[in-house]
Amino acid sequence: MDVTRVIIVAVGGQGNLLASSVLGEAALLAGMPMQMSEIHGMAQRGGVVESALIFGEARSTIISDGEADLLVGFEPAETLRAVQKCNADSVVITNLAPLMPFTVNIGKGVYPDLAQLQDLIRKKTARLIAFNAAKLANEAGNPLAVNMVLLGALTQVDILPFSVDNVKEAMGRKTKQQFLESNLKAFDLGFRAAEQAG
Amino acid sequence: MHKLLTDNPGEKMLLLGNEAIARGAIEAGVAFTSTYPGTPSSEITLNFFQMSQESDLYFEYSTNEKVALEVSAAAANCGVRSMAVMKHVGLNVAADALMTLAYVGVKAGLVVLSADDPFMFSSQNEQDNRYYAKLSGLPMLEPSSVPEAMEMLPYAFDLSEQLQEPVLFRTTTRINHSSGFVTLGKIRERRTKGEFTKDPLNLVTVPAVSRNLHVKLLKNIDAARGIAESSPYNFIDGSGRLGIICNGVSYNYVSDALKDLGAADRIKVLRIGFSHPLPEALIKDFLQGCEKVLVVEEGEPYMEEAVKAFAQEAQLTVPIRGKSKELFSRLYEYDPAMVKGNIAAYFDIPWEPKTAVDASDVPAIPQRPPTLCAGCSHRATFYEVRKAAEALGVETIYPTDIGCYTLGLLPPLSAADFLICMGSSVGTAGGFSKVTDKKVIAFIGDSTFFHAGVAGLVNAVFNNHDLTLVILDNGTTAMTGHQPHPGVDMQRLNLDGYGQVSIEAVVRAVGASHVTVIKPYKVKKSIEAIKEAITHKGVSVIISQEVCALYARVLKLPKRKPFQITDRCKNRRDCMSDLACPAFYVWNERIKIDPVLCTGCALCAQICPENAISPLKKKKETV
Ligand code: SF4
Ligand code: SF4
Repeated sequence: MDVTRVIIVAVGGQGNLLASSVLGEAALLAGMPMQMSEIHGMAQRGGVVESALIFGEARSTIISDGEADLLVGFEPAETLRAVQKCNADSVVITNLAPLMPFTVNIGKGVYPDLAQLQDLIRKKTARLIAFNAAKLANEAGNPLAVNMVLLGALTQVDILPFSVDNVKEAMGRKTKQQFLESNLKAFDLGFRAAEQAG
Repeated sequence: MHKLLTDNPGEKMLLLGNEAIARGAIEAGVAFTSTYPGTPSSEITLNFFQMSQESDLYFEYSTNEKVALEVSAAAANCGVRSMAVMKHVGLNVAADALMTLAYVGVKAGLVVLSADDPFMFSSQNEQDNRYYAKLSGLPMLEPSSVPEAMEMLPYAFDLSEQLQEPVLFRTTTRINHSSGFVTLGKIRERRTKGEFTKDPLNLVTVPAVSRNLHVKLLKNIDAARGIAESSPYNFIDGSGRLGIICNGVSYNYVSDALKDLGAADRIKVLRIGFSHPLPEALIKDFLQGCEKVLVVEEGEPYMEEAVKAFAQEAQLTVPIRGKSKELFSRLYEYDPAMVKGNIAAYFDIPWEPKTAVDASDVPAIPQRPPTLCAGCSHRATFYEVRKAAEALGVETIYPTDIGCYTLGLLPPLSAADFLICMGSSVGTAGGFSKVTDKKVIAFIGDSTFFHAGVAGLVNAVFNNHDLTLVILDNGTTAMTGHQPHPGVDMQRLNLDGYGQVSIEAVVRAVGASHVTVIKPYKVKKSIEAIKEAITHKGVSVIISQEVCALYARVLKLPKRKPFQITDRCKNRRDCMSDLACPAFYVWNERIKIDPVLCTGCALCAQICPENAISPLKKKKETV
């Protein structure tokens, strides 16, 4: 089996680590080798959280620049910041709902223009799937389920060799029971959004 | 039941490296555990802490790493399997105990785990703790993966018992914070009670005793070398006339590279997992058959230097390279592509790297540095200290310490001028005050004060330094994930059987000549109290008491109403420029407060010159 490398970037509090552990659990269910690593500097204090997931027969737990097959960004500026992890064949999925860094709020730096951001990523990579995941999470009745929306989109692009059922079962094991219904709804909305992105 | 206590050998689980390490220790029958928390090792002992609440495992958060090692050393000398856990720099603190404990040894297994942090994701330096093995003469084990880390722990305990001395276990961040699948093994029975046999001529290290013990240690090093020669953790992959020697996570990058380069049939790999003492014969033998050798190790050239010395002894002239301008750096962590590139270059293997996208036309993206939380009490204290100093017109030096409050370094608070290690705030403050005419105001957290600040304060009182020490007492060890410390009321966590040490009582007992307790959310009162303290000649101490805002959420303490900016605001933006609370944002050229982030600390409301900030009428919904 080929090795598939996935980077997930997010801002602390967006539930990136939970999304990663759902994917890990799904790999376990599918009987597929997987390693991952996370760097969460000071996540709770507003920093960036990055996970690297490597599926298939590999030992490394981190991903070098240019070596990601799939980049999933939970926040648009963070997706762009991580774009050097991609090569011309990479697929990128990004949420389009910005979370302003406080540096912008205090007048240090300008938030990138979203249209330009998408153009840049589209030009450099094989495919960009971009949509407002925060809106879909709200629609699912759980504003905190942005991670599950993106998990749905990521499962749809069919880069990871396991089934929708594997992921859903993993969600059942890894997420809180009281949120499972809204999480599954969020997942489906993300899945459809990626489908429509074509 | 805690998942790491699952008694179901053969079950597969996805575990974080630190969970796997905790599980490995449990499988080894560890019964006594201790730590001072430090990233990237903290989750190991968080799991011990949790498991100790539902089993007979003993665990303690010790005051610092030296004490953590000492309590475990005693337990191990009574025949109880023990483990002391710390981050890499923690071993500096514990080093005094370690060096002579190496002479004395243990009766039951003692594993001393220290977690290195190449690239300094959350540390002040990237020292390579393999040198502690060399320095102390103790055996060292280093895993390359999460499942291996788990398996290696029972081996480490057995090894420690076989040699009757502590075993050093070294990880790096990419082991601690990686996850992988492990297969659970059997849990050995815990022996929680031991027996101490008096034997002063071997256990009390007066010079006459130590002279003998050093002889014993050297013998032990030879014995350990013998074990390392045939340890399953020192092994050779593949065959060929080219060789790579590597350790830890570098082994992963090497293995993946050789596969990608299709070179596994030409290059053999010696993976060193038992890295002190190095398996001399095994390495010499490996070199014999090689035309060219590359050493791949993050950090210092620990193996490279030894391997070169072995080659010299064996009269081999095979080229051996590792650290150099063209190849590997002593800096930071390695990554798969970099290791692959260096292997390809050194062994002349054609290789087309995957080209990363050209990001040169990407506009500057605003930084997202970690920052003090909205409502963090440190923000209030820093602001007040600055205002007090400004009002008095004194020039200041702010030595700081290790914790969330180190983030006070950033503008607009800019309240950090010097930092080297845990406890250095108050120690260095004494030096600054003697040789400059500036007012020296040092900041230290509550947990850090207990860890390494008390001795510095005693020093300041005895040597009559002129300084102000601000103890930021937020009731927890916030930075590493809210671990308790000796000042914490454990009843609040529904845990019985703990004492509690009052910081104020300690400070007064030490004899600081001016002691004030402030509530930093009361701005005016605090500024007045701080002014008084910093005008005082001699050692003054300000204890700023307010619970960590994030911890308050964890504890589900009653919430305050969030604040809003009313239309009295004249857009002067003092709140933004002086406080930069992350709950502020700009909307249509006006400052707004995000009611979800705002904790209602009321700091901004008290400094607004227009009185334009007031509590929201509606109670905020629970988040
Ligand atoms: S975790 Fe606590 S101490 Fe640390 S920045 Fe947040 S509020 Fe402040
Ligand atoms: S009251 Fe003001 S300073 Fe305090 S958290 Fe809210 S916005 Fe920040």
